[in-house]
Amino acid sequence: MRRAILALTLAFAGVASPLSAQGMLRLATTTSTQDSGLLGAILPDFERVCACRVSVIAVGSGQALEIGRRGDADVLLVHSRKAEDLFVAEGHARARFDVMYNDFVLVGPAGDPAKAGGTRLAREAFAAIARAAAPFASRGDKSGTHVVEQETWAAAQVAPVPPWYRSLGQGMGETLMFAQEQQAYTLTDRATWMALRGRLPALRVWLGGDNPAENSDPRLRNQYGVLAVSPDRHPGVNAVLAGRFVDWLLSPPTQRIIGEFGISRFGQPLFRPNAAVK
Amino acid sequence: MSGLPGPDLLEIVALTLGVSGAALCIATLAGVPLGAVLGLVHFRGQRLVTLALYTGMGLPPVVVGLFTYLALSRSGVLGSLDWLFTPRAMVAAQAVIAFPLVAGLTMSAVAAVEKPVRQQVIALGASRWQAALTVLLEARIGVTAAIVAAFGGIISEVGAVMLVGGNIEGETRVLTTAIVVYTRQGDFAMAMALGLTLIVVTFVANVLLLQLQGRLRDR
Repeated sequence: MRRAILALTLAFAGVASPLSAQGMLRLATTTSTQDSGLLGAILPDFERVCACRVSVIAVGSGQALEIGRRGDADVLLVHSRKAEDLFVAEGHARARFDVMYNDFVLVGPAGDPAKAGGTRLAREAFAAIARAAAPFASRGDKSGTHVVEQETWAAAQVAPVPPWYRSLGQGMGETLMFAQEQQAYTLTDRATWMALRGRLPALRVWLGGDNPAENSDPRLRNQYGVLAVSPDRHPGVNAVLAGRFVDWLLSPPTQRIIGEFGISRFGQPLFRPNAAVK
Repeated sequence: MSGLPGPDLLEIVALTLGVSGAALCIATLAGVPLGAVLGLVHFRGQRLVTLALYTGMGLPPVVVGLFTYLALSRSGVLGSLDWLFTPRAMVAAQAVIAFPLVAGLTMSAVAAVEKPVRQQVIALGASRWQAALTVLLEARIGVTAAIVAAFGGIISEVGAVMLVGGNIEGETRVLTTAIVVYTRQGDFAMAMALGLTLIVVTFVANVLLLQLQGRLRDR
């Protein structure tokens, strides 16, 4: 019993040990950058050059922006352009920068009951799904992917309704698993799809082709942006490290690593770097 | 998505035990005395306090997480602590979840033995304080059960720690939130292994607590 008490005491000491705020950067980002393995591949380099630790909070883009809006993160890496511009307009960040992009694809059951495979634009495919009342799984979580999906329904002039339309309120991985189990269509970013497709044998890509160059709908482009939370609005943030992170992420060497990530495993990069040269 | 190496798993188990253990200690230190007093003393408005405690026992952890999140956010009332997305925030949330469980169940345990035991010892000539002490000693098994129930409640909880901890790998990722991550990535084998680990950890913790209860009983 005495030994157990000692072990617990040590565990508490671990919990209570203060993290040095100086050397820690809080990055709020989307699940796709973490679940695809990109952050694991590039962050160690930044942690080495800045001699700091990066804490990654991986949530939907909507929640990541909300975390930034409350001053609870130092820097954001998200994909929800309109919400990002609003974030800057509200003064929560001084600027946003393009980092990289990939695209969204429509996946669905192998039999393609809605005949979505014959369409060229996402809104046409969505209209076909609605006409067939074929099951569609929605993220339903205000993530960047969910926003694009809602814009596509609006463009198709369809108000999606249950029972064929299922709003899950879950991450991309869970939503794809649901689509696999329920023979449903869903809109997914290509990176998560490629990382998980081995576990999703019942699903096929019905719009978007095999790589971003083959995607027939330009509106399915998925642009990621980086925003350092403004110290003017949120004095508590680590603005120095956040600024260094943004510079590092946009620098040619990091951009090159991003562009190479995934080639060895998937035969093509998961993200295409497109930072403007500063 | 690669398998979790051993040291990482140990780190996750240690953090899980550290967070839930610390929260349980806080909840016990605050909840047992309060529950004992509520079980022993009768006063006006007691039913209201009891009702509040029972409501607290049924409070969804994710709601506690939300309140804790908003309070600890830099824009919140306790924002200056800078606890959000650290293990301290997780301890705070779990302590709030465990407290009504410990206090409420302690109160029930004490109240259950209060009348017969007190009458007995007062008949034997004990003072009021001696009688109260005897009641507490008699209720100790129920009190241990209260602590065990609270521990089971918080170590298996996922909603609150996910919100206030942020599920940061190597910092605030505990067994339950790790299970969520692996399930999200479709790695059911890893999720299952972590789930079994959680069951084993809970089992061992309960064995230790029950041993303690056994010793108390033998005294």
